[in-house]
Amino acid sequence: MSIQTSITVNGVETSREVEARTLLVHYLREDLGLTGTHVGCDTSNCGACTVLLDGEAVKSCTLLAAQVHDCNVTTVEGAAQADGSFSPVQEGFRQEHGLQCGYCTPGMIMASTALLAENPNPTDEEIRHALEGNLCRCTGYEMIVNAVRWAAAHPNFTSANGGK
Amino acid sequence: MIPAQFEYVEATSVADAVRLLGELGDDAKLLAGGHSLIPLMKLRLVTPTTLIDITHVKELSFIEERGNTVVVGALTRHRDIERSTLVAEHVPLLAHAAGLVGDPQVRNRGTIGGSLVHGDPAADLPAVALATGATMIITGPSGERRVSADDFFVDFLETAVGQGEILTAIEFPKHTGAGWAYDKFVRRAMDYAIVGVAVQLGSAPRIALVNMSNTPHLAVAASEALSRNASASEVAALVANGAHPQEDLNATVEYREHLARVLTQRALTAASR
Amino acid sequence: MSLVGARVLRKEDPNLITGNGQFVDDLQPHGCTSMVFVRSTEAHAKIRSIDIAGALTAPGVLAVWTSANIAALANCPGGLPGLDQPLLAKDVVRFVGEGVAVVVATDRYLAADAAELVIVDYEPLPAVASLGAAMAEGAQVIHEVLGGNTVFFQDFANPLADEFAAAPRRASLHVVNNRCAPTPIEPNACLADWGRNGLTLWAAFQAPHHLRNTIATYFGIPQDSTRVVAPDVGGGFGAKINFVPEFFLSALLSKEVGRPVKYTQTRSECLVAMLHGRAQEHDAEVAFDNDGRILALKLQVTQDQGAYPNATGMGLPVLTTAMAAGCYRIANVAISWRNVVTNTTPVAAYRGAGRPEATYTIERLIDLIADETGIDPIEVRRRNFIPADAFPYVTHSPLAVYDSGNFAGALDELLKHVKYDELKREQARRLSDPTAKLLGIGFSTWLEIAGFGPPGSLEAFGHLASWESAQVRIQPDGSAIIFTGASPHGQGTVTTYAQIAADELGIDFDRISVKHGDTAVVPQGIGTMGSRAVAVGGEGVKTASARVFANAKRIAAHLLEANVEDIVVEDEKFFVEGTPSRSIPWGEVAWKSFRPLDLPGGMEPGALDSTIFQQVPNFSFPSGAYCCVVEIDRDTGHVGIVHMYLVDDCGTVINPLLVEGQVHGGVAQGIAQALYEHMVYDPSGVPRTSTLMDYLVPAASDLPGYVTGRTNTPNPSNTLGAKGVGESGSVGAPPAVVNAVVDALSHLGVRHIDMPVTPMKVWNILEGAK
Repeated sequence: MSIQTSITVNGVETSREVEARTLLVHYLREDLGLTGTHVGCDTSNCGACTVLLDGEAVKSCTLLAAQVHDCNVTTVEGAAQADGSFSPVQEGFRQEHGLQCGYCTPGMIMASTALLAENPNPTDEEIRHALEGNLCRCTGYEMIVNAVRWAAAHPNFTSANGGK
Repeated sequence: MIPAQFEYVEATSVADAVRLLGELGDDAKLLAGGHSLIPLMKLRLVTPTTLIDITHVKELSFIEERGNTVVVGALTRHRDIERSTLVAEHVPLLAHAAGLVGDPQVRNRGTIGGSLVHGDPAADLPAVALATGATMIITGPSGERRVSADDFFVDFLETAVGQGEILTAIEFPKHTGAGWAYDKFVRRAMDYAIVGVAVQLGSAPRIALVNMSNTPHLAVAASEALSRNASASEVAALVANGAHPQEDLNATVEYREHLARVLTQRALTAASR
Repeated sequence: MSLVGARVLRKEDPNLITGNGQFVDDLQPHGCTSMVFVRSTEAHAKIRSIDIAGALTAPGVLAVWTSANIAALANCPGGLPGLDQPLLAKDVVRFVGEGVAVVVATDRYLAADAAELVIVDYEPLPAVASLGAAMAEGAQVIHEVLGGNTVFFQDFANPLADEFAAAPRRASLHVVNNRCAPTPIEPNACLADWGRNGLTLWAAFQAPHHLRNTIATYFGIPQDSTRVVAPDVGGGFGAKINFVPEFFLSALLSKEVGRPVKYTQTRSECLVAMLHGRAQEHDAEVAFDNDGRILALKLQVTQDQGAYPNATGMGLPVLTTAMAAGCYRIANVAISWRNVVTNTTPVAAYRGAGRPEATYTIERLIDLIADETGIDPIEVRRRNFIPADAFPYVTHSPLAVYDSGNFAGALDELLKHVKYDELKREQARRLSDPTAKLLGIGFSTWLEIAGFGPPGSLEAFGHLASWESAQVRIQPDGSAIIFTGASPHGQGTVTTYAQIAADELGIDFDRISVKHGDTAVVPQGIGTMGSRAVAVGGEGVKTASARVFANAKRIAAHLLEANVEDIVVEDEKFFVEGTPSRSIPWGEVAWKSFRPLDLPGGMEPGALDSTIFQQVPNFSFPSGAYCCVVEIDRDTGHVGIVHMYLVDDCGTVINPLLVEGQVHGGVAQGIAQALYEHMVYDPSGVPRTSTLMDYLVPAASDLPGYVTGRTNTPNPSNTLGAKGVGESGSVGAPPAVVNAVVDALSHLGVRHIDMPVTPMKVWNILEGAK
């Protein structure tokens, strides 16, 4: 059965005819061509598919595109700032080597972004707790924690000011 | 990874959902948070012919104080329960446990109703419903009926919600100021509990167990001992009575029973602080 | 300012942090179709029939194949003759997850639906799912041609009976090195497009040229029109080195349906179809004196190969036994190994590939000796270390001639971080406080073999050769392109190579790009594995850059009418040393390098272009000293890591940020093996840990922070002095963790505990001791 979606993604209204069973992650990747959000598992454990739904971190592999009509989805492609600067979280990942292969990274970035929106100055423990739904196989996590801490310390970062 | 095909319809209200359930019969399933259902559908362990999406039925998402109770709508997300000052004040065991379900992304979508109706004995909130003596409010074609938590969890993944009915709200008695604790033993932070213990002190203290039976388990003997003011060790010694823990990769029956006793002692210590 | 040694941020990151990476599944060529496998649910069974009728007529289906469709095709390359895996199971399946059929449909949803309609009728056969079962008397034989389940057996050349008999003391240990699933966050994926102009295959792979060479040979098509591309790859850890049926099936199906065919492995598939790692059992004996000095060591390794042995998997116990003695001076070492098949997923390289297993056993033996003699485990190590002046050090194995190391020095450096005496006091204090968690301190002074490798080394694993290619080419504007045969999948190789080249060439880091992974762009290469990208590949970049620079100086000298020996470069300008005001920019030198009238006599145009197939004379031997401090909950058996101290010696460090990242990542996987991960099979060969719910890859809250330090004994086999570090963490960490656990429980008489150290195992020990 087909449905007509109506989802705002990265600020742009989108509407497509898709099967009702289309997972949100596939809608983003294949119907919209936004391949930054990744699929890493099939039991909702790895979090590589994490996007923001009305500002909150969700696993897009565990949502139907049909469920999120009239909602606002932000993917990693929409994380950068209006002037083109990386977001503080993105820059934090770059500054602190919070990524190696980059496959888990979009999910980590979105989960971290949601965390800082709610808790701008998390402790390391709070950061690790907030990332419990995101697996990384490359970094051992410490540099990801450092990246989020960097972002928390540089909330006004732009590429013009370099975080100062 | 890919669910089987299904028909999809969105319900606009509770009444609408009940009507649809009546029309579509047994092979239709309600879709709320989806974080129990969709993973099962992706593995094709569950293949409903129709999904009735109640995600946007706003009337089912609420937390209200009603006299001596706090009533939580079935579609209230774990996240909202965790952050609710009302719940924190009057049913703190629930607020705390809601903050431990799965991981943050799961809590942003998963609902208390979904968790309770799925009825997984290894999940956190069913045991909390038992420990707090909650009452489930179920709506069907002939209106509302009330089922106590004690009668709600019928068998493995089977609850008292009948065909054509929807769990619409959960009524928690207020436990304001009473001691409580929830202790969950896990391998990884995101995992289901290997064993969990929910303790609610007060005039009718109760202990409920996670992953110690084929349903969430009310530890009757231990609860009774607690109401007699028995010592923590005596209560703990009784906690596994009547439970039917299973063996799996993480634990033998013996280890589970042991963990139940240990966690009970710790929970009782924490609850009485 | 030298970039080698500098903390430089990665060139790789801007694309990846904006979601502009290009992983295989991100590619969506026009007309792309989706391939899905039907995989065996039986560990060992005859296939009575496969009914594809329903699938063939399902919506969107373009092809449904079983072995009947590919009867003429050879088995999957990389295996052993007569024991290799067919692309699709013929009459027998030998492990849960073995591919039985493939479906190609117009999209992945329809392909998944159609795959469900394939009905396979199995006639189960007895399965042998463990080494014990496979080697038992009368065990079911998996490959009839073998006659038994042992593929190869190398006996002890000399079992050292006299040496053991004469020794004052002896100890023995049976060790299980638990089977792990590498679990990169990106499962396997490939996209084949076989059209009129040849075959292009995108693959999440660590060795694209190896795949290009092999797939072309396999299909009998020329390599000049066969292209393999490893785009961005989401982790490999060794599991993406082996050939798998999907590469060959997707290619042939693309030719058949006339459209691109993409295969994206699901995680559940990945846990049973991607090659596993470790899966060894050791029988070790050590002879020592009352001072804790090791007199003799005997190690027998039994390697579980899974259902189909492959060249890489067969070589793992060779590496393990070669490294049996670790960093210790042991006069008499006897090694033996055997490779055994079981009805489980095939086994091959997983981060460390044979060396974690060796290190784990010798480090456990050291602690056992400490326990038996009452000598502190740090002291036992010191007494047995190969001294710093004993290099190059010849071992019992011709493979292992250790290049350099200062094991005592690394341990000293480690102990600066570890408040050992204070920890021991606290440990003792807690023993008498029943409410306190038990404290354990564990060490691992480890040595591994990396930097693959000298000529012949990779050939033994089925690769073309052991060099790595580097081509450095200067563009007419003075920017540089490096073409490497290395195939990174997270290591930051692009950044590292640009740092090396920037130093050699005097060209700005931001004007150097590095190309890799595409066989149409980089003509030849070997790939990234065995911690060789810097030690071998980076050396090639350095050598080729130096050659280009030498020619650039000649051109500059010619243009400046000066002696080439007097020419220096700074800020991308060439000048005579001492006379910076009269300079020629790199861009001008580059431009003129193409103009014969501007060149010095005898120099051809295009001289700023050098290709090298870099060889190294030896492996490299990274080493280190780790310390793990654990707390054990006496009531639940839960093990928590309180401290993880890590001193690594990887020789020269090109980029400390990236080296630290590799250490963290390797250590995380090592801790995960020690405490969390285990691919478990039930006796009938059905995996019990086939999703990420049960196969416990830890998340951030499950792992500790790391305190790192460094020592440096340069690699003498290359001019960089770099040894490589990618696998070191997974080598050094597991024994540190387990030694700590055993230390915490030693007052109960515990001598050993096998990985993973689960809370239940610990609790059983604690209960047993009551």
